[in-house]
Amino acid sequence: MAEDKDDKKPFLSKKIDKFFTGLASAYRFVLRFFKEVFVPPYEFKEVVQQCYRIGVESLPLISLTGFIVGIVFTNQSRPSLEEFGASSWLPSLISIAVVRAMGPLVTALIAAGKVGSSIGAEIGSMKVTEQIDAMEVSATNPFKFLVVSRVLATTFMIPLLVMYTDFVALMGSFLSVNSKELVSMSTFFVQVFESISFLDIFSSVLKSLLFGFTIGMVGCYKGYNSSKGTEGVGRAANSAVVISMFLIFIEELLALQIVNAIRTW
Amino acid sequence: MVETEEKVVEVKNLFKSFGDLKVLQGVDLDLYKGENLVVLGKSGSGKSVLIKIMVGLLKQDSGSMMVLGEDVANLGVKALNELRLNIGFSFQNSALYDSMTVRENMEFPLVRNVKNLTKKEITMKIEELLDSVGLPQSIDQMPSELSGGQKKRIGVARTLILEPEIMLYDEPTAGLDPITCIDINNLIVQIREQYNTSSIVITHDLTCAKMTGDRQAVLLDGQFKAKGSFEEVFAGAEDQRVKSFYDYNFINS
Repeated sequence: MAEDKDDKKPFLSKKIDKFFTGLASAYRFVLRFFKEVFVPPYEFKEVVQQCYRIGVESLPLISLTGFIVGIVFTNQSRPSLEEFGASSWLPSLISIAVVRAMGPLVTALIAAGKVGSSIGAEIGSMKVTEQIDAMEVSATNPFKFLVVSRVLATTFMIPLLVMYTDFVALMGSFLSVNSKELVSMSTFFVQVFESISFLDIFSSVLKSLLFGFTIGMVGCYKGYNSSKGTEGVGRAANSAVVISMFLIFIEELLALQIVNAIRTW
Repeated sequence: MVETEEKVVEVKNLFKSFGDLKVLQGVDLDLYKGENLVVLGKSGSGKSVLIKIMVGLLKQDSGSMMVLGEDVANLGVKALNELRLNIGFSFQNSALYDSMTVRENMEFPLVRNVKNLTKKEITMKIEELLDSVGLPQSIDQMPSELSGGQKKRIGVARTLILEPEIMLYDEPTAGLDPITCIDINNLIVQIREQYNTSSIVITHDLTCAKMTGDRQAVLLDGQFKAKGSFEEVFAGAEDQRVKSFYDYNFINS
């Protein structure tokens, strides 16, 4: 009967209904995370394993991307600064851009693609093959074991990866700067650290924590609620990436407004 | 081989629907201690739903489900988990954890629920169970390296590790070749004798039903249409659907 009613609804109305139902379900999922995260038993071993998977196994990709971003951004910025005779400001410009925006954003987007999709697919496949039910009937809380551990791991590891990306990107930039003019590493990094403030680093870490939480939560939510067999697993992995990326950009925009407001205050 | 008249599972007037789809419509069922009860029925007739309600994976709309003297629907999380330790659930697709080896799969319920076991004791227990399901060599293999029949055996061994009083088998022979089916059927009988369990076997395979069951119950249209021994249910079955269920299996075998 309920389905008949739904069928008679206009297309747009059905879409709006679906959107708000999904929003309510995601809200309940996040709420459940905060309820379960503080209650024992704690899955320390699983959190450490996931930290390793998310952090260490992402290092090669993050290193390569961060390094290339540093080189490309330096090479693209140089001509504009040279026009004004300000090429000596290159390290300052790069450090501000990398620490404030590019480091967190690039790392989060790569992690959303690599980690978010893998979490979505893994949990989704566990759901459709009844592995989550098997956990539940063996008196283990699957939400705590699978969701809480992964969300904690992404929340802790993304800020560390961001700091690492910042460093690698600055090293790429240093090499790029040195390809045109001779600058010592100490001079380069003195200029880098003179240009960035505590607020820059603090906001970057806070933002990264939020990005990490978002990637873990969206991946887990999509996987945990996947259905329709293997097709559903593919969809879960795909939408985990798309939604994470979308939310990361929104969060970046909001964080920028807040930090700018603090800066001018 | 029913040992006593003690009921370990008592289902009364159980109803369960999914939206407009009425799956169970007033189901009554008893499982006695030491008994192997086979629940037969077509795909989608609600057999698996029934045993999922038994372990609290699903909740009934109305009616009562008493397992080992506990009303499953009214148990809190802690009490439900304690009850679950006494129920072994063997899933249709084995549900082995893909990312873990056989050893880790079997350790998983044990280390979480039984404290004070040494590493050596855990290994001994795992080896003993793998021996009893005939797969001692698989201990360090990944589930992806096992055949369908081997996965089923490991899945059963994993559920036995907590020494449950009740075993629930969801389609134990689904998707297996006839010879492996017979192996699995023999394993179900062996487990009852070796571990003194009471079992419910969900199947639509009459060979499995005949080999493993002391008693049969045929679920059709959300209700049990026939109960009794294999012969009582199928020899001269009055309900045409029960009869055709037998004929269909007979023709196909």
